[in-house]
Amino acid sequence: MANRPPDTPTPGLDIDAIRRFGPFRAYATDVRVDSGVELDRVVKTHCCFCGQQCGMQLEVKDETIVGVKPWYEFPFNRGMLCPKGVTRYLQQAHPDRLLHAYERASDAPGGFRPMPYEKAIERVAGEIDRIQREHGRDAFAVLTGASLTTEKTYLMGKFAHMCLRTANIDYNGRLCMVSAAGGNKKAFGIDRAANPWSDILGTDVVWISGANVAECAPITTNYVWQAREQGAKVIVVDPRITPIARTCDLFLPIKPGRDTALFNGILHLMIENDWLDHAFIENHTNGFEKVAEEVRQWNPRRTAEVTGIAEKRIRQAAEWWGTAKTSFLMHARGIEHHTSGVKNVLSAINIVLASGRIGRPNCGYATITGQGNGQGGREHGQKCDQLPGGRDLDDPAHREYVAKVWGMSPDELPMPGVVAYELMRKAERGEVKGLLSICFNPVVSLPDNNFVRRALEKLEFYVAIDFFLSETARYAHVVLPGSLQEEDEGTVTQLEGRVIKINKVVDPPGEARRDWKIIQDIAKALGREKGFTFQSTEEIFEELRVASKGWIMDYSGVTWERVEQNYGVFWPCPDETPEGVPLPPPEGTRRLFEPGSWNPLAKGAGPFYFQDGKARFNVTTYAGPAEDVDDEYPIILTTGRVVSQFLSGNQTRRIGPLVDHYPEPRIEIHPTLAAKLGIAHGDWTLAESRRGNCTLRASVVRTIRPDTVFIPYHWGGRKSANQLTNSALDPISGIPEYKVCAVRVRKADGPPEYADVLQPQQ
Amino acid sequence: MAVPDDLFFYVDPGRCIGCQSCVQACMQCDTHKGQSMIQLDYVDKTTSTQTVPMVCMHCDSPTCAEVCPADAIKKTEDGVVQSARKPRCIACNNCVIACPFGVPKMNTGMHLMMKCDMCYDRTSIGLKPMCASVCPSQALAFGTRAEIEVTRPNSKAIDTFQFGNQTIRTKVKLMVPRDHPSEVLDVTEALHQPTIGQDAIECVFEEEER
Repeated sequence: MANRPPDTPTPGLDIDAIRRFGPFRAYATDVRVDSGVELDRVVKTHCCFCGQQCGMQLEVKDETIVGVKPWYEFPFNRGMLCPKGVTRYLQQAHPDRLLHAYERASDAPGGFRPMPYEKAIERVAGEIDRIQREHGRDAFAVLTGASLTTEKTYLMGKFAHMCLRTANIDYNGRLCMVSAAGGNKKAFGIDRAANPWSDILGTDVVWISGANVAECAPITTNYVWQAREQGAKVIVVDPRITPIARTCDLFLPIKPGRDTALFNGILHLMIENDWLDHAFIENHTNGFEKVAEEVRQWNPRRTAEVTGIAEKRIRQAAEWWGTAKTSFLMHARGIEHHTSGVKNVLSAINIVLASGRIGRPNCGYATITGQGNGQGGREHGQKCDQLPGGRDLDDPAHREYVAKVWGMSPDELPMPGVVAYELMRKAERGEVKGLLSICFNPVVSLPDNNFVRRALEKLEFYVAIDFFLSETARYAHVVLPGSLQEEDEGTVTQLEGRVIKINKVVDPPGEARRDWKIIQDIAKALGREKGFTFQSTEEIFEELRVASKGWIMDYSGVTWERVEQNYGVFWPCPDETPEGVPLPPPEGTRRLFEPGSWNPLAKGAGPFYFQDGKARFNVTTYAGPAEDVDDEYPIILTTGRVVSQFLSGNQTRRIGPLVDHYPEPRIEIHPTLAAKLGIAHGDWTLAESRRGNCTLRASVVRTIRPDTVFIPYHWGGRKSANQLTNSALDPISGIPEYKVCAVRVRKADGPPEYADVLQPQQ
Repeated sequence: MAVPDDLFFYVDPGRCIGCQSCVQACMQCDTHKGQSMIQLDYVDKTTSTQTVPMVCMHCDSPTCAEVCPADAIKKTEDGVVQSARKPRCIACNNCVIACPFGVPKMNTGMHLMMKCDMCYDRTSIGLKPMCASVCPSQALAFGTRAEIEVTRPNSKAIDTFQFGNQTIRTKVKLMVPRDHPSEVLDVTEALHQPTIGQDAIECVFEEEER
């Protein structure tokens, strides 16, 4: 604390900033509770939270969004919404909303003083220019997010690579979808859910690994339970009996961090019992023999020992999976948030490929994408090694193609940069001196966030674009007022790979601007306007279509008109194909890997996205978590979400009814462990890891493994679970190991400092 | 206007995920904006994630109306038991105490009993109620008997409940497993049965050590 510069906030108890900028809770009042209001308009759009992107209608009166209306025709959710969707309108016209640009000033209320927008842009451009001139282009970094529309994510990638020419851009999908993306690219050559959700209905077996479906993708629950009513057996693998696990047919209570071991063990039994699709393996895959060799050691006994799942349950799961005629396997962050994240995904794909059940109706596989535009946000060039269309920044042909679209020389494009957490490490080491962030709240969402704070404090200049003053934006020197999803239009791609249209409901308030306008204003102030003179969001999309054309994530045949006419268009959707290859139907490519399907890599050799058209088995050698329990830190900590909150809570912790549903994080703990530690339900409880500690109330429940505690991560400051988590990264995907680290837990000596001064959501 | 006679409200607590979407959506209803008429709670949070949403069951012979001294609670011909009529309600609380399902709530500020009226402004013109529209797990569902029979072949709908000596038939139907032995749900007896999934919980985390 002694070294903290005088104008930087105290972690977690930024009382002044909180008093001025919140988070405060908004409830429906005034026109929002008046009956019989004559509405000005009702706008069809989609939810801003989670990868499902449910269709909904928002009601507007006097430029205030006053309520929500089901949109029954939208085929994915048919009017269904989770509580976040139902109440999201309360984030608009919110008292915490940033209406001006701000600069940090220790004598101003809350530590920030309003400033004219134009002056703020000038200062930002000046600082970018200074830092890049003094320290090199890569000394200025960009952090973005996957809850932005695809047009914005495309523009952010272009801004970093073409305008700033910095290698250092990455995004918050690095915390979310990258292990699934890495695994899918290695096994299938393409990163998208293989099947539409309608393929879940009518399957024999639904396998759900590491996915709290009911809380994190609530609408998917209805798909799973429709399948169950039609006779599907539901297998759930999780350390906690989540609501979807409560009534599943088979629950595998896995010890966190052991997923590869389980899938290897399942494949072992499939081979032993010859529950294999030999023809599919022979004709459509490579590498089975090596994988078979690897899993020979994973007999049920060893699998049971490592995973903590009873042998009989493993055998039962293997038999149901092995003998099914149709199936759908889905997973989410539970297997992906690991140093073995990609490996876990690959081991799951191995049991899908061995079964041959993919690329056909009711034979499905998918990751449940987490973020608002988690799919579209990872496709078009805001990842550190990526160019639009899923092209690679280190591939000369790809560089040449995109550089041509952008009207620059490929030599001017930077080479790949580093992943989000490494960017923080670079900042902490002083290699990155300046940062622009949008749609990213790393002080809450990155692991070991005490380190993240230190890194941010070292920046010479940090500009945050945000609509609320997030915990991270409090570290900025300049804050630019951006736009909510409902204040702009554009497209997003939801978890099935369906491109859908977000419609503008209201204009940004005060001096707030649409995000892509802000980026273009900065480019102009830098004197590097070329390529940043779009007049509309649709113009950005039109360029994205060209930039993505001809490669894997091909949007060239997608137009806004086509999207609106077909309730979305599934990519890949090229606008031209070689002779004899039919164009996709109006709704695009719903199901990947169908027999006889064409793609630009295989060119007809097979349905998978490699030159030989075959999928890859990958050897998945089990390695435990980076930090295992020991005598000093004997308990496993795992983290996750609750249904009423979304990600770092920058939006949902400002929506009153959602806060009331689950006001503050609690430590979930099994009664056996609680009794051993002398902790009762509701006690203030201290959890400590090698990186930090936090004091929260205990929630003593029988629905969690007795060797594991759980904390939801949506809160900031001293309530943040990520004070404890481990920043060890998956070597391939760069995802942090949120789902397992070692802690010790005891009854706290008393209530924490924050208990008397902060509201639950703060 | 009346609720079409081929549309029914179905409740399947086995599907409930406790997300409170129904609670939030109920507040959006134009007749009682800002106030939810649904109660949703855990059965016993320490042992199971089982939650139960409670909407008005719309009884054939509504106890709430029978005990109302002011004759303020009316059932329309389509079987929907309406909220208390404001000019008549004397806020005596009889209905709140008497309803076997615990549905009516007293709005003390307004001196008025309020309860779920099956979104009468919506259902009387053939729309789904707000809660059943949004419910992500379709624990609350609104549709035709045929739709439910096709989409939920492993469940059956019952509408008769036993509370001690009182037998109640309701317009709202409760989904129970297809093999449930009776067409009547004995609520008093069910109070002593384990919640769904509890039997699994009892053993699953202990198996490892055996």
